[in-house]
Amino acid sequence: MAAKHIHAIYSDDDILMQAVKQVRAERYHIEEVYTPFPVHGLDKVMGLAPTRIAICAFLYGLVGLSVAITMMNFIMIEDWPQDIGGKPSFSYIENMPAFVPIMFELTVFFAAHLMVITFYMRSKLWPFKKAENPDVRTTDDHFLMAVDAGHHDVEKLSKFLYDTGALEISLIENDDDH
Amino acid sequence: MYTLPSKLKLFAIIFMVVGALGMLAGFLSAPSTTAEVKEMMAAHGDGHGGDHGETATHDNVKENHDGTHGEDAHDSEEAHLTHVLHQMQNRPWSALYIASFFFFMIALGTLAFYAIQHAAQAGWSPVLFRVMEGITAYLPWASVIIIILLLLSVFHVNHIFHWMDADLINPESPKYDKLIAGKSGWLNPMWFVIRACIYLLGFNLYRYFSRKWTLNQDNAEDNRWFKKNFKLAAGFLVFFIYTESMMSWDWIMSFDPHWFSTLFGWYVFAGMMVCAITVIAMITIVLKSQGYLEYVNDSHIHDLAKFMFAFSIFWTYLWFSQFMLIWYANIPEEVTYFVTRIEDYNLPFFGMVAMNFIFPVLLLMNSDYKRVNWFVILTGIVILLGHYVDVFNMVMPATVGKSWFIGLPEIGAMLFFFGLFVLVVFTALTKAPLLAKRNPFIKESKHFHY
Repeated sequence: MAAKHIHAIYSDDDILMQAVKQVRAERYHIEEVYTPFPVHGLDKVMGLAPTRIAICAFLYGLVGLSVAITMMNFIMIEDWPQDIGGKPSFSYIENMPAFVPIMFELTVFFAAHLMVITFYMRSKLWPFKKAENPDVRTTDDHFLMAVDAGHHDVEKLSKFLYDTGALEISLIENDDDH
Repeated sequence: MYTLPSKLKLFAIIFMVVGALGMLAGFLSAPSTTAEVKEMMAAHGDGHGGDHGETATHDNVKENHDGTHGEDAHDSEEAHLTHVLHQMQNRPWSALYIASFFFFMIALGTLAFYAIQHAAQAGWSPVLFRVMEGITAYLPWASVIIIILLLLSVFHVNHIFHWMDADLINPESPKYDKLIAGKSGWLNPMWFVIRACIYLLGFNLYRYFSRKWTLNQDNAEDNRWFKKNFKLAAGFLVFFIYTESMMSWDWIMSFDPHWFSTLFGWYVFAGMMVCAITVIAMITIVLKSQGYLEYVNDSHIHDLAKFMFAFSIFWTYLWFSQFMLIWYANIPEEVTYFVTRIEDYNLPFFGMVAMNFIFPVLLLMNSDYKRVNWFVILTGIVILLGHYVDVFNMVMPATVGKSWFIGLPEIGAMLFFFGLFVLVVFTALTKAPLLAKRNPFIKESKHFHY
């Protein structure tokens, strides 16, 4: 099935924000917005769900903490409890202060790295990935809003987008639906 | 304008009266002779008796070391009783000192935070300036109380500062203590009082002028007073970081005159800031809920809660750094400080880490929770109690040793100073409009949104 989109290009983020609000008020579906920099509040007006990556990071941190504790408890206390400089290796808690720096660092390490990897996976970013950029100018100084034109009157929609302040409006028809 | 509710006034006065009665009971019930100590110990039952028995043996051993072999059991028993007597006599004084220092540090921490907001030209906080100024209004009161308590110690009305005993630095005396004598260049009563006056005068002068100049700015035509305040704040912060460090050596660390720690000043500072920011948040929430702070929104509370969270972690970082370095190296002259705390104050010592670290970290980590007012109040109460225990842990082991308990004198002193603090702070809030008028950042602050 051929998907029809209208790409509307804006040159100012304030106008873009205003346009997004109007488009949503008219119940048109915004497929995607491409911007050269983060536009503060754009996710709110687009009605995107808040990210849950912080919750992931917290859980990853707990994993890191568990790894650190399990690892050091096995190595230092259970497997070979040597007397190293008189440190009490009788139980984990007795020698705990010496392990805290590692517990802390592994918590941070796991939380940070796994969160970043989660981010890459969820946003489908990796080396040699083909860039999905509809217009090169959106990485420099233009803003692009892709609106789904599926069941709407294209003429009417174009007119409406033009009134929201779009500089260029183009109809895109692609066969490979993604 | 804020008007002091008569109920609040009554509430504060009731706290002060009840607290004063508690303190009085503490002073009256402190034993004055060793015979009374004996009686009190007998009344306590077996568990305690065993404990004290151990100390008696310990004292005995020590005396034998000194070469006094002829001592019989009775003398060492008497020496032990005298030791306990001194601890028990110190207890109501220490309780009073801890509570007065605790509220002093809230006022001083708020002043430092206030100066930081000025010097950093923070855009979010000007709507809270009058709340902070209200809290720092307690500083002159706290300073007077602290200086009186220090003078009472200097004139030997109480013996909570061990090093003030003149015999300790007299080589002829049997009590001569070479270590303390070696430190008498810094730790001598005269210089101690002069230093205290310099610190308190500096803090109070800054508080007086910054308050005056922000009020001037309200009616000014230009930003002259704002600029003056900016420079004053920057100057004060330099003064503060030196004097705060020395103040914590003098007023807290010198309770253990044989012990020293380099990051102690920072550690006290971190605790001070947590308490101060918590109190700012709590008073802001109270005033907001009564409809007095029109422009304060969730984002301001969120920022304050973030500071509470971050400074709780900062405090823990310093607490742990101090503890772990000493624990790891285990040098006898340093480690006794923590040995006494872990052996005799186990629950307060580790309990405060739970209250000051684990609790706020878990409760204030979530960004949504930081906007929920009752959550911030709840966490704030735990943080404040935790930091009371922190000051308790810094002072009590050196002054009362094993004879500690959180009973009438401690709770009484806390209630008294709480009442006084509430009365002074809320009275000060009625003295000026709760919104600074011509602060150049006030508009940004009104629309602050995170």
